[in-house]
Amino acid sequence: MLKEELLRKKRKFEYRKFKSTLMLSLSIAASIIAVLPLLYIFFYTTASGASALNFDFFTNLPKPFGEEGGGMGNAILGTFIMLMIGSTFGIPIGIMTGIYVSEYSGSVMSVIIKFLTDVLSGIPSIVIGIFTYGLIVLQTGKFSALAGGFALGLLMIPTITRTTEEMLKLVPNTLREASLALGITKWKTSLFIVLKTASSGIITGILLALARAAGETAPLLFTSFGNNFWSTSLNEPMSSIPVQIYNFAISPYEDWHKMAWAGAFVLITLVFVVNLIVRIITKRKFTLN
Amino acid sequence: MLDNVKIPEALPSVETKNLSVKFNGRDAIRNVNIEFKKNKITSIIGPSGCGKSTLLRSINFMNQLIPGCRVTGKIFFEGEDISGNDAVEVRRKIGMVFQKPNPFPTMSIRDNVIAGLKMAGSTKKNIYDEIIERSLIQAGLWNEVKDRLKVSALELSGGQQQRLCIARTLAVSPQVILMDEPTSALDPISTMKIEETIHDLKSQITIAIVTHNMQQAARLSDITAFMYLGEMIEIGKTSGIFVSPVKELTEQYVTGRFG
Repeated sequence: MLKEELLRKKRKFEYRKFKSTLMLSLSIAASIIAVLPLLYIFFYTTASGASALNFDFFTNLPKPFGEEGGGMGNAILGTFIMLMIGSTFGIPIGIMTGIYVSEYSGSVMSVIIKFLTDVLSGIPSIVIGIFTYGLIVLQTGKFSALAGGFALGLLMIPTITRTTEEMLKLVPNTLREASLALGITKWKTSLFIVLKTASSGIITGILLALARAAGETAPLLFTSFGNNFWSTSLNEPMSSIPVQIYNFAISPYEDWHKMAWAGAFVLITLVFVVNLIVRIITKRKFTLN
Repeated sequence: MLDNVKIPEALPSVETKNLSVKFNGRDAIRNVNIEFKKNKITSIIGPSGCGKSTLLRSINFMNQLIPGCRVTGKIFFEGEDISGNDAVEVRRKIGMVFQKPNPFPTMSIRDNVIAGLKMAGSTKKNIYDEIIERSLIQAGLWNEVKDRLKVSALELSGGQQQRLCIARTLAVSPQVILMDEPTSALDPISTMKIEETIHDLKSQITIAIVTHNMQQAARLSDITAFMYLGEMIEIGKTSGIFVSPVKELTEQYVTGRFG
């Protein structure tokens, strides 16, 4: 009787152990499948683009078909310029909105704004492009770096708002009270105490938003359009890495395909490096008590 | 009012009249009248949830930050009704020290002390060093930190952090300091140091302290107030409250029969 009971218990335990092992294996398999595309993309772009990647790639203009060499220096510069344009209004607006939604939560207005920024973050980037096309390109009558930067800035706002809000909410309330009890006004408390305490998390959010915006193609296709020459005029069409990749990739020429791969490699590396930096920043983050 | 527990003669620094606080319609404290005498230490005792902290936090308008909180009644500071005044102005005169040490984690010890002055837009930059030294000496922390004022406030121990918070409050030169269980998160030695600090501050500042520790109230304060279920039961000279309280309820509490 006793022995039977023990055996039954043991079988039950074996079954539980089997179930646990099975679930663990399934999770591991899913994780591998999840990162496999990334690894594949990384190796494939490296293999296909490495031969076109050299110093000239970063400093030269794209060459006409048939000529050897050439690069996408103007596209890299263009991406940076348009990110700067987007940042000048995207970052402050994003952060200030995040502060409002977090520090003044509870008011009807802040609930509505939070909802709207969530909606904005779900809007496809091509819609942002069309909107900018209607708003700026049609009005000014031409494609321009300004329009491209505007579209990128719009894309960055919801991401930055969201991270700012979440990071501010992690700051313990006792810190706000400490500041207010010293006779520091609410806005100074929000800006110089709460925001400062959460700053590493917010910088993380900004970097990720920038990395994401750097890779956006759709909103630039009909705003900044593209340019085969060095151009720093904000009123003229401007080249960008993703659009240049697109133009190279849809061409029928083998050489240009290689350039597209090299461009893709540069973009991926950029995202990779930004994520690495983010990791390092968040590791060093102040611990809140 | 209560003959055998005569409160020491002194002018009231802060006084409440019929102060009531409701959270979402529920009473937290009801019609509390209390005077905090100038340059005396007043402790507020009572079981958990009796409204001690609520009373204290209403005086420098901290409760008013909480959604759903309604404060009625009047608060007087140096004889003047401040009930409708600007919270920022009031808090510069009536400072507060909290239960858990809460120094600003991104700032150095030095910056923590002058945070209040800096943010208030003080132009007296040349006397910052003087204020830092004076405040840290008053808080009994100067000797321990004078050689490392530039390090992060988080490198201090819990007790040191709490004394830093006291120094930070002192730096804005308040006339009253409200302390909400300032030692309940600390070890006995840190507690002793903070009690010494509080005792030394008495000559210049009016202090109100909420405590769960009856020995602390007895050791430290001139006047003790006992609260129960949101009401002020008895206020009197500390020796009177602990030796011969007037109310039955007070006696039961101080002798440890409930609470």
